[in-house]
Amino acid sequence: MIPLSGKTIAEKIFSAHSGTDAHAGDIVVADVDFVMGQDGTSPLAIRALENMGVTEVFDPKKVAVVMDHSSPSPIEGVSALHTMMREFGKRTGAKVYDVGEGVCHQLIPEKGHVVPGDLMVGCDSHTCTYGALNVFSTGVGSTDGAAAMAAGKLWFKVPESIKVTYTGALKPGVYSKDLILHLAGELGADGATYEALEFHGPVIDDLSVEGRMTISNMAIELGAKAGLMKADAKTLAWFQGRGEKTPNPQDPDADAVYERELTFDASAIGPQVAKPHAVDNVSPIEEVEGTPIAEGVLGTCTNGRLEDFAIAASILKGRRVHPDVRFIVAPASRQILLDAIEAGYIQTLVEAGAALVTPGCGPCVGTHNGVPSNGENVISTANRNFKGRMGNSNSFIYLGSPATVAASVIEGKITDPRKYFEGGER
Amino acid sequence: MTISAKAFKYGDDINTDYIISGKYKFKSNDMEAMAQHAMEELDPNYYEKVKPEGGFLVAGTNFGMGSSREQAPLVLIHSNTKAVLAKSFARIFYRNAINTGLPVVECDTDLINDGDVLELDLQGGVLKNVTQGTEIPFPPLPPVMAQLLADGGLVEHFKKHGGFAL
Repeated sequence: MIPLSGKTIAEKIFSAHSGTDAHAGDIVVADVDFVMGQDGTSPLAIRALENMGVTEVFDPKKVAVVMDHSSPSPIEGVSALHTMMREFGKRTGAKVYDVGEGVCHQLIPEKGHVVPGDLMVGCDSHTCTYGALNVFSTGVGSTDGAAAMAAGKLWFKVPESIKVTYTGALKPGVYSKDLILHLAGELGADGATYEALEFHGPVIDDLSVEGRMTISNMAIELGAKAGLMKADAKTLAWFQGRGEKTPNPQDPDADAVYERELTFDASAIGPQVAKPHAVDNVSPIEEVEGTPIAEGVLGTCTNGRLEDFAIAASILKGRRVHPDVRFIVAPASRQILLDAIEAGYIQTLVEAGAALVTPGCGPCVGTHNGVPSNGENVISTANRNFKGRMGNSNSFIYLGSPATVAASVIEGKITDPRKYFEGGER
Repeated sequence: MTISAKAFKYGDDINTDYIISGKYKFKSNDMEAMAQHAMEELDPNYYEKVKPEGGFLVAGTNFGMGSSREQAPLVLIHSNTKAVLAKSFARIFYRNAINTGLPVVECDTDLINDGDVLELDLQGGVLKNVTQGTEIPFPPLPPVMAQLLADGGLVEHFKKHGGFAL
């Protein structure tokens, strides 16, 4: 018999949660540590639970619903869906994060609902965000979410993993967002379908926990089931004081088997922009510089964290947003808003001309907070630029880092942010 | 059971925002009303074309990429889409389709033209292009998914077994 090789992070977490010796390709029924839904998906999950005849969730401490995508409600229909979610919370004891608390993908880790080594599912495709925290987290639909809320478990196919290593160091003005946009351009929108991405190397080690979350957040844009990283001292420090759960970090074995191994020199990567209407339609910023913009967006589950606000504020300090540009700013959570107020970033951004909206998804999903007009271009820190994504099929969305967005809203056109950084050469 | 219907063919990388835009999905839980906007970004007349007699949605690679919205397979079901045939699927959509009872078939869709009449026997594993007089091979569903689809989706599976019986 051929001895089985070592395991990837994904294989370790699925082994621990299924009580099996799980390897890529296996189908397992695994225990989940947490289940989450947002306001676009929870209502269908609640209805699915009703249709199943299930009246209780498996553990009220391990289920949450979050009002973030369309919040505060812009229309009557959404108000009714929000009411349905509040009543679900009262009925089952599940945690409800109401209007103004923030984006689900910030709240779930921020409130300590998951810790390294956990397995969780969320009814939102960007649930892969917490892979940066060594959580195998993945997006599912509402019926899968309902089944997990009812049973505390779900079936999974253990994915193969692609190992991505970044060597070198990020140049000034270049961020983790640029790395993941670059990777989307390299691998394409289905480059990692049915697989997990596993990120390694000194560049990942050097990133803040927030910067890492930006990368894992966009794993789904390459089709991946998860975007996993090791938990290091920074990760564990980030969880200090966030809850009672004990982290159980899962490192990959040295002889883990990967489907592919890719290495990139981060020093050679500059600011990247995804052009309309696909996230893998990526080019270096030089190719799109000068494209006029009517709206800029700072926020979302990709780049709405304190570090992102610090970067934008450092560029906009003492400067003004271009008179022909709307600059919409949405902190990813109430806590981030409070921290950004305390640090002075909100003052700086609002003085520069930003329009601050409620912590949550902001204008990303096209339901409110800044639907672009016909023919307009938008530069956004979000993760998707599909046609019509922001609510108007006749607008054009470009994606970039918080620095790129900040530099662009000053000039009213897509602008290379490196000129604002010492040593930020081109 | 054999389903017979016309093929309505589209391209690669059709994302769930195109299948049902976020601006409609957040309005309500009424799938019948939302179905009228199915595939609107790519084909504003999809609902009118498919609803009366039903149809197969035929696409290229990575069908259903993007968001986890289950409204995507649901509006296709409510617009009378009998099955989705594509070269490959994004994984969340694929699970959602099975869970909600929308058949999905991975096959070489270059062998199908827009407007061709197709016959699909999912259980029997036979897909015929009646117009071209050809048979298109496709791999069977993984056993777990075949069982869920046979039970009528995940909700029915739960009702029948009182939980996961996989």
